[in-house]
Amino acid sequence: MTKDEDLSRLLHERFDAVLVEPVPARLQLRAPSWIAGARAAAILTAGIAIGLAMPFAWKGAPVAPGAGAAAPAPLSARAARAHLVYAAEVRHPVEVDASQQDHLVAWLSKRLGTKLKVPVLADEGYELLGGRLLPGPDGPVAQFMYQEATGRRLTLYVSARSKSDGPTAFRFAQEGPVAVFYWIDGNWGYALSGEIDKPALSRISTAVYRQLNP
Amino acid sequence: MDYEQVLPYIPNLRRYARALVGDRDAADDLVQDTLERAVRKFHLWRPGNLRAWLFSIMHNVFVNQLKSRRPSPTEELDENHAGLAGTGDAGAAAQVRDLERGLASLSPEHREVLLMVGLEDMSYEEVSRALGVPMGTVMSRLSRARERLRRHLDGEPVPAGLKVVK
Repeated sequence: MTKDEDLSRLLHERFDAVLVEPVPARLQLRAPSWIAGARAAAILTAGIAIGLAMPFAWKGAPVAPGAGAAAPAPLSARAARAHLVYAAEVRHPVEVDASQQDHLVAWLSKRLGTKLKVPVLADEGYELLGGRLLPGPDGPVAQFMYQEATGRRLTLYVSARSKSDGPTAFRFAQEGPVAVFYWIDGNWGYALSGEIDKPALSRISTAVYRQLNP
Repeated sequence: MDYEQVLPYIPNLRRYARALVGDRDAADDLVQDTLERAVRKFHLWRPGNLRAWLFSIMHNVFVNQLKSRRPSPTEELDENHAGLAGTGDAGAAAQVRDLERGLASLSPEHREVLLMVGLEDMSYEEVSRALGVPMGTVMSRLSRARERLRRHLDGEPVPAGLKVVK
């Protein structure tokens, strides 16, 4: 009978040799050249380049000039961060899934204190996965997640309008790898985020806007 | 943010990946994709368990690869294995083959848990974090994975994944 320790020993006997193998050149990533190399490659793959630049871009962004204290990050940045965190989740992308859509909408509407509407994006190729509640600078925030057949995801972020949110215009921001269209409507801010190109996101955002403002 | 922090983990990520997917090139592809993703997402890492974080990224990349590639890469045994085993006697070589076949016969979920615990010596808590599943799930997967691999190595009949109801 093979014991647990024997299994472990067999695995180590077989695979420990990999630890001392020379690491192939493509994996030998010394920090400076790694970043430089990735930046060079970014001419071909813009997404990676933006992703690398992002942590640095974000460092100073949320701090109001001269204020000393950190102001809340703009709507687009908050939406993009929430997108990055949850759209990457394989197993738990949402708290409540689309099979309980009525409950989801009722719950989030109650928490946000407004009657939320969930756009249908089937015509754009995206199905609702579900949603979750998130903390925001001015109270709870709702995030709805959609998924395309290829697995690509979009998130719609609905948040109380923050004083720093600016005018109501329909605006675009590229937050690292995430493209965001956002707008203010009354007391609410909306942001649609996805790692997709601007024209496609623009088209879908227009569909979202039309459904929310029939 | 110091990307140098990731470097010490590369050998372990490679060892785990090799055992997970079998084929050497496919394993290094997995490591490379993981490292690239880690760089892109480094701003999301909060000081804490970097190893569990890196393995969670590898897990996500692996799952995505499984979704996009139908044929299982575990079917192809690494040619280098024979060379490695060739230094020993025939019995040892057979045992290596057995181990590889046994691993390949496990479901990806079972293989991940078995290797994280048995090869990478990760705690249940780390495995739970890396895979995004509760600890109880980690433990039950581990016990099933061990049982199945043990049966395989001991030459006992291995029950098929799906039981045929007569």
